[in-house]
Amino acid sequence: MSAGFLSRTGLGLGLLLGREPVKPDPDGMTTDARDMHAFKRTPQERARRKAEIMAERAAGVVSHRWRWRRWASIVGFNGLFVLSYWLDLQLVEGALTASRVLGFHFADLNSSLQLMLAHKHAVNDFVIGASTVFTLYLLAGGRTFCSWICPYHLLSELAEMLHLRLAERRLVKDHELDRRLRTVMFVVFAVLAFASGYTLFETISPVGILSRALVYGTVIALVWIAFLLLVEVFYSRRLWCRYLCPIGLTYGIVGTVAPVRIVHHLDSCLHEGKCREVCLVPHVLEMTKLGYAAEVNTPIGPDCTRCAMCIDACPTGALTLDVKGISRPPGTAE
Amino acid sequence: MTDTITTTAPTKPDKRHSKADEARRRLLRSIAVGGLVTCAALAGLLHHRLAPGAPRLRPPGALDEDAFLASCIKCGQCVQVCPVEAVKLADLTDGIGNGVPWIDPRAQACDFSCDATQCILACPTGALSHLIDKKEQVRMGVAKVVEPDACLARQGRGYKGPARGGGFRGVLRYPEIDRWRAKPVAGHPYDLALCDLCVRQCPIEGAIALEPVSSDPGDRRRTPKVTAACVGCGVCEMMCPADPVAIRIEVTPTGREPGGTPA
Repeated sequence: MSAGFLSRTGLGLGLLLGREPVKPDPDGMTTDARDMHAFKRTPQERARRKAEIMAERAAGVVSHRWRWRRWASIVGFNGLFVLSYWLDLQLVEGALTASRVLGFHFADLNSSLQLMLAHKHAVNDFVIGASTVFTLYLLAGGRTFCSWICPYHLLSELAEMLHLRLAERRLVKDHELDRRLRTVMFVVFAVLAFASGYTLFETISPVGILSRALVYGTVIALVWIAFLLLVEVFYSRRLWCRYLCPIGLTYGIVGTVAPVRIVHHLDSCLHEGKCREVCLVPHVLEMTKLGYAAEVNTPIGPDCTRCAMCIDACPTGALTLDVKGISRPPGTAE
Repeated sequence: MTDTITTTAPTKPDKRHSKADEARRRLLRSIAVGGLVTCAALAGLLHHRLAPGAPRLRPPGALDEDAFLASCIKCGQCVQVCPVEAVKLADLTDGIGNGVPWIDPRAQACDFSCDATQCILACPTGALSHLIDKKEQVRMGVAKVVEPDACLARQGRGYKGPARGGGFRGVLRYPEIDRWRAKPVAGHPYDLALCDLCVRQCPIEGAIALEPVSSDPGDRRRTPKVTAACVGCGVCEMMCPADPVAIRIEVTPTGREPGGTPA
């Protein structure tokens, strides 16, 4: 475990909990990274980058490959829940809060946390279910849940598209919130569950509500979902996922050191910022700004949902999905 | 976002101020939004505390109501395994009971068609207590004659036809017809000299019996008498042909846990 790994993990956790990103001190950068920044500032290199950006804009190629894969994943997973019940396939029984996958117990980590705090007791099946899911996301990267499985994420993405279109015409404006709010909400709901003895968050959890509405047809609760989406379209871009959802934070913490992550490669980055425009959590992509990367190949922190929109958006392939130990790019620091 | 300055263009505030202003507004917005979401979650609790509706009949094995609400993970696996589809999930209108399973026995009672406790086996959290493995151990509630005047047996009357009419969609296991599968109640007409449906179809032995109303041997009238063996499954409530229903389950919010004494 290198010093780079520790400081990167620490910074990543800080960002996850809501700290503002800071420009790294050049002294903390690797020599290679420092050299590359210096090289990128030479006039020839600036001119070359500019020409490349112009050429790329003229070509105007936009890829949505990862988005389609991800949407297929969300629809597929949630579809399995629905079909398992309605066609009695018995593959994935239950809802996203807890289920049995081919007979194995699975339990959502945030629901589990709420339940244990409220009930103050846990049975074996439940511990097994939560541990299975814990291990899964420890490896896959916690917030992978958000962008690859959570049904609210998909609806929220559609709301975001509408929001951006309206914002372009100056009909709506994004009201940003303080990102520390999510950490506060996590604590508030944990304390409420413990103090009241009820899983209060579950009452308004969009994941549970949507999952149950899909499988069991409990549609009245969709009023809450509709309200959240309206707020996201007209008031604040991706309000729930960015600033409120304790589920995202729970999974983020679990996946802090996951081997599956997106990695930024400084050498091919043109620092256009297209990745940050599409990103749900743009503070994790600070290293894509010119002069910010502390390493030549920087893994992106735990708040990243591995949605891979940045990979789609990046015209030069400077961002890649990477599995530590399997697809190590040349020159990685560890 | 750079937008924040341009959109307030008419008043042309100086840049430094608007930046500090935006930071302050952002904090206030965050507090307001966080407060609202907290209130939304608390509304469920308030609804539960201040305006509690009639307690819901919970599936077999459910812990005492407060513990049940806390320990249920709202996944509906109990719904999926119930062969008679008696278990359904509550919606947001139930406040903190959102997503928690319940049974409407008048529409479809739990008849233990599954030979008891499939829902308990399916429950991943033990909200339906894993300590129960026989239907006789269940304590969901207790049957009570709530409309004595409506009861046919108490009037000495018989009953002819399907228990709840031809359009009723509930099902019941008739062991003498099919040991394994529940059949539509509507397809099973009766011809009874004295209505005893609540006793005849009760899945628990010795839970309910008809007793004479008077000591007069010529008096045909009988009254249903519920014993301590009653588990509150609600089959009597489903099968009662009277309208309004003469017998109902009174939900026991406490004392449901195994080993506990029935309320």
